[in-house]
Amino acid sequence: MSETIKLDPTGEQFRDDIVKAYSPKLSKKRKKQIIINQIGDCDTVPEILANTRTAPGILTMRGCAYAGCKGVVLGPTRDILQITHGPIGCSFYSWLTRRNKTKPRTAEAANYMPYAMSTDLQEDEIVFGGEKKLMAAIDEAVAIFHPKAIGIFATCPVGLIGDDVHAVARAAEEKYPDVNIFGFSCEGYKGVSQSAGHHIANNKVFTDVVGQLDQKKEGRFVLNVLGEYNIGGDAFEIERIAEGCGLTIHSTFSGNSEYDEFASAQNADLNVVMCHRSINYLAEMMEKKYGIPWFKVNFISANATAKSFRKIAQHFEDSELIERTEAFIAKELEKVEKVRSEVYARCKGKKAMLFVGGSRAHHYQDVLREIGVETIAAGYEFAHRDDYEGRKVLPNIIVDADSRNIEELTVTADETQYHLRLPVGEIERRKANGFAYEDYDGMMPEMPNGTLVIDDCNHHELEALIDYYKPDIVCAGIKEKYVVQKRGIPMKQLHSYDYMGPFAGFRGAINFYKEIDRLLNCNVFRFTKAPWDESPELTATYVSGT
Amino acid sequence: MRKIAIYGKGGIGKSTTTQNTVAALAEMGKNVMVVGCDPKADSTRLLLNGLAQKTVLDTLRTEGEDLDLDDVVKVGFKGTRCVESGGPEPGVGCAGRGIITSINLLEQLGAFDAQYKLDYTFYDVLGDVVCGGFAMPIRDGKAEEIYIVCSGEMMAMYAANNICKGIRKFAEAGTVRLGGLICNSRKVDRESDLITALAEKLGTQMIHFIPRDNVVQRAEINKKTVIDFDASVEQAEEYRKLARAIESNTMFIVPNPLEMPQLEELLMKFGIAD
Repeated sequence: MSETIKLDPTGEQFRDDIVKAYSPKLSKKRKKQIIINQIGDCDTVPEILANTRTAPGILTMRGCAYAGCKGVVLGPTRDILQITHGPIGCSFYSWLTRRNKTKPRTAEAANYMPYAMSTDLQEDEIVFGGEKKLMAAIDEAVAIFHPKAIGIFATCPVGLIGDDVHAVARAAEEKYPDVNIFGFSCEGYKGVSQSAGHHIANNKVFTDVVGQLDQKKEGRFVLNVLGEYNIGGDAFEIERIAEGCGLTIHSTFSGNSEYDEFASAQNADLNVVMCHRSINYLAEMMEKKYGIPWFKVNFISANATAKSFRKIAQHFEDSELIERTEAFIAKELEKVEKVRSEVYARCKGKKAMLFVGGSRAHHYQDVLREIGVETIAAGYEFAHRDDYEGRKVLPNIIVDADSRNIEELTVTADETQYHLRLPVGEIERRKANGFAYEDYDGMMPEMPNGTLVIDDCNHHELEALIDYYKPDIVCAGIKEKYVVQKRGIPMKQLHSYDYMGPFAGFRGAINFYKEIDRLLNCNVFRFTKAPWDESPELTATYVSGT
Repeated sequence: MRKIAIYGKGGIGKSTTTQNTVAALAEMGKNVMVVGCDPKADSTRLLLNGLAQKTVLDTLRTEGEDLDLDDVVKVGFKGTRCVESGGPEPGVGCAGRGIITSINLLEQLGAFDAQYKLDYTFYDVLGDVVCGGFAMPIRDGKAEEIYIVCSGEMMAMYAANNICKGIRKFAEAGTVRLGGLICNSRKVDRESDLITALAEKLGTQMIHFIPRDNVVQRAEINKKTVIDFDASVEQAEEYRKLARAIESNTMFIVPNPLEMPQLEELLMKFGIAD
């Protein structure tokens, strides 16, 4: 039933060639991470090795735990004052690089996103300890801004010298009882990728923020959107659609969000999860502690957006909501279709490669498909097996020592704040009828047979992919951008959208169609020749002696 | 200038032995500098007749970048030049990084310049080679000769063997060599035989056996080296012997550290004799 794409050379051939550059041990490991997709009965897919260490020396596409915690999960929220405890670079280079937008409700409302705050550790503090300087930074922050909350983020050197950010946070909280101060042990070296940082961020937000405030936004259908980071304004577009359908978003984790929304998120009636990898922990823990059901959504591509909002409406089982949602979707799809059909004619049959995120490499396949662009190779930087193969493999994932290093919280139902959103047995009844909760089927079941799925792809492999398959466009991150463009291939960053957005929702789909059309059909890359293509390379030999 | 580092198990008497030996060398007319590499900053107390030293790292903090060599070098017994690296209080920061900073700074300030006509620099290093920072004196040729202070006690020998592993690692890439074991006696059975045998197995020598004598303790209470306290006692002569042995030493080797069973075998042979 599933579609097949015949790659030339075949994926097997590519894989066997590419691993020749590696040592026998690494070659064996990479072969388990380079998979030729094959969908079997009941949507079974081959097993992929994921969430394991990158071999030293490889130019990986991955980031670090600190980047995952501070840069990805907490970075987009505007009124938690964020102090990076470490040398200045960690703070500066994690500051707004993902173009997370935010819009304070009033002109007076706190917004710390225009600031990069750091303890700017110097050699002196590395030798003598940096806790006092951290406390001084908190004192200064409270004196200047008096924020509702302060997050402290530990960097590598802080872990090495043993500064205790949690002890400082506790002491600071005693000093400033009206400020919620919490630390994250998100030293960059933790775990195998930024995924560790997401988990650390989820845990702390869950234990120290969610449930601190008892308020609920007005509205009949109140939900949280998890794993949406408002890159290029994505969350604004999702908010617009939600409002149009008659939904109330209580809190987004964490695009365009504020502290009070996080702190009272336990009062929403539904959690929808956008980026599964970075935030599924919070969704699961909130379900256990507060009884909030959750399911996976995707707001990238017009069809996926429509499908996701339909599912949300169906969850609430309200005919008025369902009607309003359908009417809104119909109106939007009409506008989308005008652009789509035009762009489709120009982009049909083009080939794309996606190496990004823990969900994005999956989500963007939908929107590319809408304009006839097929993804022939895709992979995640930091995903786990469930993001590839679906949550059905969760019981079979082997927890290795690296994962064990990241705290796994034991969560039980809250005595006062737990309550069921649906009657007992209702979730089970719906599940039996095919309405999925706590779901994510993963990327591989939705990719055609014969396509390549590559976990933790690196620059050696990316360059080979380009040589072998000549893709028309590659989507990845900043580290890959110029490698790809120098080879004369258009490249779109999906961590920051370069200078564009939103790409989520209906308007986002239109933006994305137009952008891909522009990239694929402009002639600049065809007309530009690299210097090394025009004049021969200089060669030299080293002669020893003489 | 000969650059010497003294290592050994914590509490074995590195600082005491170093300062007493340095006093003997100074008495012989040698120009010596002692660099204490211990956050406790107690490596020059006997030469300076008290803990009067401002450490390099403390001075760096208070004076900032504008730092003179005179701020951190104090002249002690018979012209010995005394420096303490210093470091954080226990349980904070990174003392190893402090030693790296401190030695680099001393070099930049010209502490080892020809104008001081130094015959010797002694690095007195905290405990075992615990991390990169404490290995600093033997990295990049900062120290070229190592002497390990030990005794016939199991843990002291174990530490000595472990230090040899560190020396071997750096010796393969650089100029550092082991000059010998100094036995600071704990009055263990057949101690001299035991350490001689250990030295042989490591490929080195027991350069001197310092007998236990309470005069060392009495001198310490008076904030003095033995020679400074009473130059005529027998123990003073022991340190002079050690100083002469170091002065005339030509045996510099890359040690062959022992495996644990070999070390235990040695103890069985000598330790539980009779």
